[in-house]
Amino acid sequence: MTDNTHSIPAGAPPMPPASDAAERAAIDQSCRRPVLFFFGSALFWLLAGTFFAIVTSIKLHDPEFMNRAPLPDAVRFQTGEFLRANPISMQDVGFLTFGRFRAAHLNSVAYGWATSAAIGVGVWLMARLCRVPLRRPSLVTAAGVLWNIGIAIGIAAILAGQSTSVEWLEFPPYAALILGTAYAIIAIWAVDMFASRKPGHVYVTLWYVLAAFFWFPWLYASANILILLKPVQGSVQAIVNWWFGHNVLGLWFTPIGIGAAYYMIPKVIGRPIHSYYLSAIGFWSLALFYSWNGGHHLIGGPLPAWVITASIVASVMMVIPVVVTAINHHMTTRGHFHMLRYSPTLRFVVFGAMCYTLVSLQGSSMAIRSLNEITHFTHYTIGHAHFGLYAFFTMIMFGCMYYIVPRLCGCEWRSAYLIRLHFWTAAYGIAAMVAALTIGGLVQGLMLADPAKDFLGEILAITKPYLVGRSLSGVLLSIGHVVFAYHFALMVLQLGRREGGPVYFNPVEGEARP
Amino acid sequence: MNRMRNLFIGFFATFISSWLGLVVAPHLQFGGLKEHLDEDENQYLPPARTGLAERGARVYAANGCVYCHTQQVRPAHQGSDLARGWGARRTVARDYIHDRPHFLGTMRTGPDLANIGHRQNNEGWHHKHLYAPQSVSKGSIMPPFRYLYKTQRIVGAPSADALQLEGPDAPQPGFEIVPTEDAKALVAYLISLNRNYPLPEAPVD
Repeated sequence: MTDNTHSIPAGAPPMPPASDAAERAAIDQSCRRPVLFFFGSALFWLLAGTFFAIVTSIKLHDPEFMNRAPLPDAVRFQTGEFLRANPISMQDVGFLTFGRFRAAHLNSVAYGWATSAAIGVGVWLMARLCRVPLRRPSLVTAAGVLWNIGIAIGIAAILAGQSTSVEWLEFPPYAALILGTAYAIIAIWAVDMFASRKPGHVYVTLWYVLAAFFWFPWLYASANILILLKPVQGSVQAIVNWWFGHNVLGLWFTPIGIGAAYYMIPKVIGRPIHSYYLSAIGFWSLALFYSWNGGHHLIGGPLPAWVITASIVASVMMVIPVVVTAINHHMTTRGHFHMLRYSPTLRFVVFGAMCYTLVSLQGSSMAIRSLNEITHFTHYTIGHAHFGLYAFFTMIMFGCMYYIVPRLCGCEWRSAYLIRLHFWTAAYGIAAMVAALTIGGLVQGLMLADPAKDFLGEILAITKPYLVGRSLSGVLLSIGHVVFAYHFALMVLQLGRREGGPVYFNPVEGEARP
Repeated sequence: MNRMRNLFIGFFATFISSWLGLVVAPHLQFGGLKEHLDEDENQYLPPARTGLAERGARVYAANGCVYCHTQQVRPAHQGSDLARGWGARRTVARDYIHDRPHFLGTMRTGPDLANIGHRQNNEGWHHKHLYAPQSVSKGSIMPPFRYLYKTQRIVGAPSADALQLEGPDAPQPGFEIVPTEDAKALVAYLISLNRNYPLPEAPVD
């Protein structure tokens, strides 16, 4: 398995020396167990999170959907009727309620899916870019096991009614402690791994990945301590909450996603990144501006104006890293866009990278007070969150998995058809979801701004069809997830293809194929 | 190794700037607010919550009310919050000093609740609304919280706190529906939500 088999010819660079390929194969093999464990558990939580999502979404337009579970019937017990009839009946239960399922959805996908996938991709990128086999792979796997235990306990606690209701921090402190410990192990491992790298150039992806591994534990610990363990006063909790909540996206998912794109795009295309200088500007401006963004979630809220204004300024300044990164990726891909016809990895990653540009510019605009006045507190914001976490981040993670998994399993994806199905359900599904929530949110926001519009009779009634649309788009996404999980399971079970080269969406024409 | 040190200094410096700016500075500036003694009414503001209402806040958190209801009133120049009658004034930092955790919220699928206790202080209404939202709020998409209530056989006289339900929501004859301790606590909490009192930094005109 060499990398150049995956790059699509048509102007591809000369093949690297065989010794490089052997070295990469050895590095990939060292990642096999921990990275596949993180990917496998990520997909488990993706499926669980998708289930929670669909049910939550339907409940929002059909509040009587799935509120009951079969339980012993207290009423029949009181009448003595249970001795004669079936003592079990459908009863209203708390764990199925909207508010708990919604929290279970967010935490399954944010920590179970996205973070596990990010750690898996991050660990593999670290090994590749440090150019040494993975150090202490069993430690990484152990951290992964601990991480999953923490999430399982946290989700169970939410469903059982122990959610903290602090957005992005719903897990009660005892579950958060397990997660924090697991993550701290990964962070320390990452520093150790970086210190033992082969001397030479530190590629930009490595900055992003290393910084993300460094930032997240600090964020997570600070927020849990200041909001849950030793709480500061209410309004300060709110700003700490959104400093954390936005930085989970900005300083954890975004650097892993962008770092992965910086690796995959040049790798698949087979040419170096357009500008090293631009990538440095992009990285440091992201680190400086993104970390200050959180206050834009509290515009109009009970906080001093300077806090909010500082965050609005930083949000608008985000245009710099976003545009710089977009230019860099575009110039790297320029002249090679035809490769999107063939490479699954490239298609997913480029889709994600383009959405990063769009969603970030949308985010900057949403921080401006006059637009925020309308979009704040509406489905528009929910649409923005899915745009970022799915259309940008999740798509890049899918693309990375299509690249990495064959190299760890030693076999190729079985079916171009399944990958194509995954791509189109994901792309159309998320486009439909973002459209429904964005338009629905704008309608909702404009009507909310007009005090003459009746809350129940007019605003709820008009937004309901958009919520139905969101549920339907979720069904499309679910199909893609099941297909991908099935395809991944085949790979792990060693049922992938062993003959022929990697899977392309379309046959590669001409004699160009090596 | 120099290279590694420089990188980490950069990671640290960018990150700590926001930590100082958005965590430490707000805490120093308004993390130690005290209650205000209103000398006309001889009352501390915001008033402390009763034990039952405090327990209700836990029920509010456990069931995710915050995902559809905010508890913040924006100023007149930002949205229609005041015009909709959701408060007599904007809410300020001091209004939240008793909140652990905070429930400011980010979504208004339902109306703001910063002052719901002022708009609706009838316990019976709240119980009916929680048990069968559509029975008092036609067109509502709020989930029913029937699991916070129990159905029991009427022994002797009906309970004083039994819900007055009609139509399909009513229990079968001989039975009544009464709130659990959690439901009572939640309603006590909702009724306690009233931030319409005047503060020096936020007068009510």
